[in-house]
Amino acid sequence: MSPAARPVPTSHPVITKLLGTGIYVQGNDIDTDRIIPARFLKCVTFDELGPALFYDQRFTETGDSKHHLLDAPCHKGAEILIADNNFGCGSSREHAPQAIHKFGIKAIIAGSFAEIFQGNCTTLGIPCLVMAEEARKEIAKTVLDTPDAELLIDIEKMQVTCANNVYSVMMKASSRQAFMAGTYDPLEHLLDGMEDIRRKARRLGYA
Amino acid sequence: MGKSLYQKVWDKHLVRQLDNGQYQLFMALHLIHEVTSPQAFGMLKERGLKVAFPDRTYATVDHIIPTDNQARPFADDMAEKMIQFLDEAVAEHGIEYFPPGSGAQGIVHVVGPELGLTQPGMTICCGDSHTATHGAFGCIALGIGTSQVRDVLATQTLAMDPLKVRRIRVEGMLSPGVTAKDVILHIIRVSGVKGGVGYAYEYAGSVIENMTMEERMTVCNMSIEGGARCGYVNPDETTFEYLRGRERVPTGDEFDAAVAIWRDFASDADAVFDDELVIDADDIMPTVTWGITPGQAISIDESVPNPDQMQGLEKHHVTDALQYMHLEADMPIKGTRIDVAFIGSCTNGRLSDFELVAGYIKGREVAPSVRAIAVPGSEKVDSAARAKNLHTIFEEAGFEWRKPGCSMCLAMNPDKLIGDQICASSSNRNFIGRQGSPTGRTILMSPIMVAAAAIEGKVADAREVFHLSGQTS
Repeated sequence: MSPAARPVPTSHPVITKLLGTGIYVQGNDIDTDRIIPARFLKCVTFDELGPALFYDQRFTETGDSKHHLLDAPCHKGAEILIADNNFGCGSSREHAPQAIHKFGIKAIIAGSFAEIFQGNCTTLGIPCLVMAEEARKEIAKTVLDTPDAELLIDIEKMQVTCANNVYSVMMKASSRQAFMAGTYDPLEHLLDGMEDIRRKARRLGYA
Repeated sequence: MGKSLYQKVWDKHLVRQLDNGQYQLFMALHLIHEVTSPQAFGMLKERGLKVAFPDRTYATVDHIIPTDNQARPFADDMAEKMIQFLDEAVAEHGIEYFPPGSGAQGIVHVVGPELGLTQPGMTICCGDSHTATHGAFGCIALGIGTSQVRDVLATQTLAMDPLKVRRIRVEGMLSPGVTAKDVILHIIRVSGVKGGVGYAYEYAGSVIENMTMEERMTVCNMSIEGGARCGYVNPDETTFEYLRGRERVPTGDEFDAAVAIWRDFASDADAVFDDELVIDADDIMPTVTWGITPGQAISIDESVPNPDQMQGLEKHHVTDALQYMHLEADMPIKGTRIDVAFIGSCTNGRLSDFELVAGYIKGREVAPSVRAIAVPGSEKVDSAARAKNLHTIFEEAGFEWRKPGCSMCLAMNPDKLIGDQICASSSNRNFIGRQGSPTGRTILMSPIMVAAAAIEGKVADAREVFHLSGQTS
């Protein structure tokens, strides 16, 4: 039974369409240590994490640029990250999606995602879209060859349009619905259940 | 039709369905630490919220803590600031706290079980992916992000999609020198680093049933490295005997009553699983990684792969991994020179790990070229090891015996590799830069394999170094 008929307060903007240029970060199994090395986890807020994104991929130990694509002038302002398989594997650190978010990325398209990472992204309002390999290769080639090519992500239709081609993407049904309803940050809805929660706690009968 | 443990624990803790189709799941136990939780307290403050169930929330310090001098203030200002933030948050919200020097501080996944906070049938969460460790007791144990830490602090619940369940049966008898760490490295090698996405793993079969609780924790700990959201073992007599007499476990008749409840959480004999994988114990050898993911593993007698025999992306990835690791295609992994040996972490930093290693290194010496460190997983592990004089055995063999913490598993404290040093490590991740140097290299293996490597100064077969054939492991 779905309680969808009940009106819900919307505390965050709905995310149905996103338009932006893309950037391709190649490689399977890009882990959260690579997305943000552990030394940058020494912080008590997430505010300063943007510049630390992929730090050791982008800079040498003495801070010189390795001329990573993320720092290429032609990709400045890119908002859609394109990646390969198992993106975001490893630790549960929300610092990883926070760094991506603070860097200015609004959505990620990949072959597959690690689960905790994907959940963390969803809560922050970053759609994680799964795209088949052939389509992903085409889009990656387009954004490498034509960095100013725009991608249009349509969450409702589960499609990405790029260079006049339309590609289908996939997402968990619950995440898609949450983006379209603006309920991807679940806290308000969890708080709504406080009475049920207290009842559940009393009836657990152990611990 | 019977139910799996996963289904039973889920049903017991289900609060209600949410509008987007997810479910609101009650968390019986929430563990917090200094790295992923301070920001969540900040989020609570912004919204004027309080901790809903402080009595189900426990805190300790593990990631940033130095393992040499733990006196406050810490030498690292930022580390000191983070621990102060936690000190203040737990005081303000009335959360029980095991700080350094309390006798109960340690890696959060060592502390929960040893105090008996972790009990069968619970839903457990923590802002750390290795929360899966607690699944060894028959729990749904979930690593969560900081916004979810906030959700649990505010409501003691999470918004969840249900998982599928894959039963992994490991059947037979492990041969001498093959340990729980080799079992999980082998499982990840076979099923891949993303093979578990969408699944909870139920570890079963005679090998798992014959394991001690600490061995089961090692297996469950690395579920996440196989892509699974969590992993568990059905509670049995081994579980109950481990818990009997622990500080936070009921006693007398209450204990017997608890055991009756705990026992019922085990998967029913006729439970149906979404998938099953059967592994023959005879196929499991001492296993080590050669690359930059935990799935890039081979047995000690094998050679590293040759990318020329591969195609497409895989060829590319193997080439990159070999280049990062400074390994040549087709070379045997045995004999690879090491600089550092690390025994510790939430995977292998428990008393039995140090006891086992101490039995073999007594009277032996670490190679002069190797820096070897042993880091107990908690203050309780440290004091139990000291009571058995294990620290002396380690020190006489040339190991540094450090104070408890996560240490060189993720190197957020001063314990780091330098430059492109290569480390034989009992931890759980061999990612690029994981052990604190952007060019540092990690070879994952069991604690006795780390000890063998430390003594030989190179990756070695513990069965040969310690003459293990013919003995029971």
